[in-house]
Amino acid sequence: MKRSVMSQKIGFFILSLCIITTLFFLGIILYFITVRGLKVISWEFLTQAPRNGMTEGGVAPAIIGTFYLTLGAILFALPLGLACAIYLTEYTPKNTVVNILRISINTLAGVPSVVFGLFGLAVFVKFFNFGVSILSGSLTLGILILPGIISASQEALTAIPHSFREASLALGATKWQTIRRIVLPASLPGILTGVILSIGRAAGETAPILFTAAAFYIRGYPDSVFSEVMALPYHIYGLMTEGTFPEKQTQIAYGCALILMLLVLLISAVAIYFRQKQRRVHYG
Amino acid sequence: MDKHEVQIRVSNLNFFYGKTCALKNINMDIYKKKITAIIGPSGCGKSTLIRLFNRMNDLVLNSRVEGHIYIDGEDILSAKTDVVELRRKVGMVFQKPNPFPKSIYRNISYGLEVNNVKNKKYIEEKVIDSLKNSALWEEVKDRLNESALMLSGGQQQRLCIARCLAVEPEVILFDEPCASLDPISTRKIEELITELKKQYTIVIVTHNMQQAARVSDYTAFLYLGELVEYGTTEKLFTVPENPKTEEYLSGKFG
Ligand SMILES: Nc1ncnc2c1ncn2[C@@H]1O[C@H](COP(=O)(O)OP(=O)(O)OP(=O)(O)O)[C@@H](O)[C@H]1O
Ligand SMILES: [Mg+2]
Repeated sequence: MKRSVMSQKIGFFILSLCIITTLFFLGIILYFITVRGLKVISWEFLTQAPRNGMTEGGVAPAIIGTFYLTLGAILFALPLGLACAIYLTEYTPKNTVVNILRISINTLAGVPSVVFGLFGLAVFVKFFNFGVSILSGSLTLGILILPGIISASQEALTAIPHSFREASLALGATKWQTIRRIVLPASLPGILTGVILSIGRAAGETAPILFTAAAFYIRGYPDSVFSEVMALPYHIYGLMTEGTFPEKQTQIAYGCALILMLLVLLISAVAIYFRQKQRRVHYG
Repeated sequence: MDKHEVQIRVSNLNFFYGKTCALKNINMDIYKKKITAIIGPSGCGKSTLIRLFNRMNDLVLNSRVEGHIYIDGEDILSAKTDVVELRRKVGMVFQKPNPFPKSIYRNISYGLEVNNVKNKKYIEEKVIDSLKNSALWEEVKDRLNESALMLSGGQQQRLCIARCLAVEPEVILFDEPCASLDPISTRKIEELITELKKQYTIVIVTHNMQQAARVSDYTAFLYLGELVEYGTTEKLFTVPENPKTEEYLSGKFG
């Protein structure tokens, strides 16, 4: 009796310690980036292009570039990934071939991002001749996040109780009607969770856009999907490794990091908003 | 027994899950606008049997069926059967209430929408009608746009019945519709089923012998995949022919 109470207390203490440690690091990161980033962030920083060899002005082109790249990646990967997930969970029997497919997709998720970068260079930039462009970068990032979107969607789809499907079929709905009108809406919150995670990943990756989309400095803003762009993560990398005024550049890099964080939060907030709205419709 | 019109005729029916035989040589006639109860101990094949009537077992991998089931004279087990069409005609209410995670209104309109009914006015009338016929209207008329998942278990089950009525089936299959409900909800559903008999042919699977005795006109006793006895409820419950039936009814096993 006494012993079990004691061990429960110890267990609880250890768990709390883990949580506190995690929160501590999270807090430190946020604090560090926010404090350092806020020093340089201003209206000008958000809306102007860089000047004087990246030491003055703003980072607007990089913000816009990252926004386009991320948006493009999602627009490409979400429909494709969702279609794959639907096919794999709803239309294929659970046999060896499908299992191998599943394992391959999961393996794809573990491939280092720089490999995707090389792949994008070979396929989109060179073979399809899209050049170093938003299009090539978006497609490369899209392929990078595809496995995540597929497995999140698969999980969300399989979580829908069988009884919903049976009820729908028993009313004379076809399989496709059942998927489109019952299964998909009900699994949307789960799918959006996958999308949110992917947004963070796509926005933050440097290696995949290194050879496919990004440039350290470009005059003006992108005017088509075939434009080369600046992007926040690559800009940070550039500021920290090139140039002649490391002190000023480091400050700007922290500003970029803060903006990147906020941008991911903003895009995620939109996805979370839709997710909550969907949940309310269904369960509220 | 022969004076009624036959709605479903089961003939030499065998059913297999993989290699195990779940139904053995079933022969029975189910009559129009009567309530037929199927009773028997757990695992005897009751669900398997009624899920064949709307081809729900098509979803089970590695299953195999032999024999014939005629509904209004048509062999519904034939490969030519339009399963979607069949399921409109033969509705089903499941053991656990399973409303869609949608509003009460949309739960019922769904069946019409997937069957290509476009007329909003007609859909609305049908929703109200179905709710009235399932004795749920008074309880939900002010909150048709609320989620169906907010309803109680018994209300959810009546909603499932309403959903089924909306597509105007001829036959309604109930698979232990009261298994997860309290006695009051159970009584409401039983009353409802008795009421529905005027318009529909009803087949109800139940574990509860009193329930079978209360609501049904005919009762079939299944045991280990075989139809042991089938006849009017009155006869089966008072003077069963087969000693096995008597044993089951008196609670010797089950
Ligand atoms: N999908 C399945 N795959 C393999 N065997 C199954 C499957 N479904 C049911 N069975 C088996 O078939 C037999 C009949 O099952 P069924 O569900 O029809 O019984 P039941 O009479 O409805 O039982 P209960 O009263 O418990 O619902 C059982 O032995 C069961 O184990
Ligand atoms: Mg059953």
